[in-house]
Amino acid sequence: MSSLYHPTVARLTYRALLGRRRALILFSLPALLLLIAVAVRLLTSADDATADGILGGFAIATMVPLIGVIAGTGAIGPEIDDGSVLYLLAKPVKRSTIVITKLIVAIGVTAAFSAIPTLLAGFILNGNGHQIAIAYAVAAAVASVAYSAIFLLLGTVTRHAVVAGLVYALVWEALFGSLVSGARTLSVQQWALALAQKIGEGDLITSDVALPTAVVLLVSVTLAATWYAGSKLRSLTVAGEE
Amino acid sequence: MTTIAIDNVSRWFGNVVAVNDVTMTIGPGVTGLLGPNGAGKSTLINMMGGFLAPSTGSVTLDGDPIWRNEQVYRRIGLVPEREGMYDFLTGREFVIANAELHGLPDPRAAARKALDTVEMDYAGSRKISTYSKGMRQRVKMASALVHEPSVLLLDEPFNGMDPRQRMQLMDLLRRMGDNGTTVLFSSHILEEVEQLASHIEVIVAGRHAASGDFRKIRRLMTDRPHRYLVRSSDDRALAAALIADPSTTGIQVDAGDGADGGLHIQAVDFTRFTELLPRVARDQGIRLLTVSPSDESLESVFSYLVAA
Repeated sequence: MSSLYHPTVARLTYRALLGRRRALILFSLPALLLLIAVAVRLLTSADDATADGILGGFAIATMVPLIGVIAGTGAIGPEIDDGSVLYLLAKPVKRSTIVITKLIVAIGVTAAFSAIPTLLAGFILNGNGHQIAIAYAVAAAVASVAYSAIFLLLGTVTRHAVVAGLVYALVWEALFGSLVSGARTLSVQQWALALAQKIGEGDLITSDVALPTAVVLLVSVTLAATWYAGSKLRSLTVAGEE
Repeated sequence: MTTIAIDNVSRWFGNVVAVNDVTMTIGPGVTGLLGPNGAGKSTLINMMGGFLAPSTGSVTLDGDPIWRNEQVYRRIGLVPEREGMYDFLTGREFVIANAELHGLPDPRAAARKALDTVEMDYAGSRKISTYSKGMRQRVKMASALVHEPSVLLLDEPFNGMDPRQRMQLMDLLRRMGDNGTTVLFSSHILEEVEQLASHIEVIVAGRHAASGDFRKIRRLMTDRPHRYLVRSSDDRALAAALIADPSTTGIQVDAGDGADGGLHIQAVDFTRFTELLPRVARDQGIRLLTVSPSDESLESVFSYLVAA
């Protein structure tokens, strides 16, 4: 058995993620994106600017971080909250294995519910003209990795992980990102867009961060968040009843 | 044979001292960890279960530190007090998952055996969310037993169980203790501890107040009178002879004969009284029908310790 991945931990995690009521949001946001894409396409003809607006403005800026919050915090937060994480921790399984397995599941769920619908929406909107569909789908997949790691960490440090995650996703990335240019450098969305910019043809997709910087930041934030979540779990103390 | 050693352990949360310089050794057999709510029982159990680091001192399992050492869980089975337990699984799926996490070679067989032990096999294919509190408690037990640990830690295991389930669990724990498993359970209910464990560790306000056989502990409390109920062939003659000795301080005579009658005797000198009673009866030609300590219950031990 690999020391980084435990199939039982993975099974428990994805069943918890897809079985709870919060899973409704996982399904409804991609459904909304596809619905918008179909409606736009029925009303107008294929248009690069519209496709860019919907994929960049809704899919990447709103849908991916929201799904990241739900999958990332949901992969561990509720178990810590209700104490069931004890059944994972009281086992001869390395805490880092538990965290990495949960991260892999969170990334898989986030990517499945964001990158695939983004790709489909892109093809519906302009038939992947200028590689827009593929560019945004790759951006969504890359952002899924970093968001999952960040929100998984949030799930281990605070009981209010969902709220904290929403504040980060909506206030920091969406609001500050559009008002303060410096904030954009520290934005997962911009790092992912740097990659999309490289893939997309023409200059429709733009990012405020240079590609090398973006890659370095993506990798280091993901690794640091995962490492820190593992060390939090290693010294997780149980809130006593007294 | 596995032993948990708690050595000069203190644990504080901010300014609050939850456990204060406790030293104790928990060996094979059933041990009751007794104390009022908020005394520090859960803090101690959490330290023994590796979910809390001692602020000072050490908690070890056969010499191995428990904190941040996941390998100790091969030997420890844990029954937490909290209810959270993957409600979306069936009882059987839950126990199998626990067996897989332990890396057992045949998780299904181990789970079947554990569910059999707690008599939950019949409900194994139902979702945990449909279980009663007693059923949840038994499935928790099965998940803790699935790898046949040599140490079993249970935090308030009888909470919410009905009397029949309580009896079953007590029988099971007693059997495990007799077979050499180290069983430690916490409780604030005296009769539970009294029925199950002769060896107790008493925690009051974070301090280790007493340790050992609770009947012996009672005997050490010499400044508190011992009460006995005695029935004999001639209660009044016996009473007259006993009160003449300074080891007794009071005797109440219940009217009636045989089972209705009786003497309530208050003795201050335990050793002397236990020698006096049979001697007086023999000398006076009185037959003793009943001699029972009427307050040597854990409750009186407990209220004494808490008040001290």
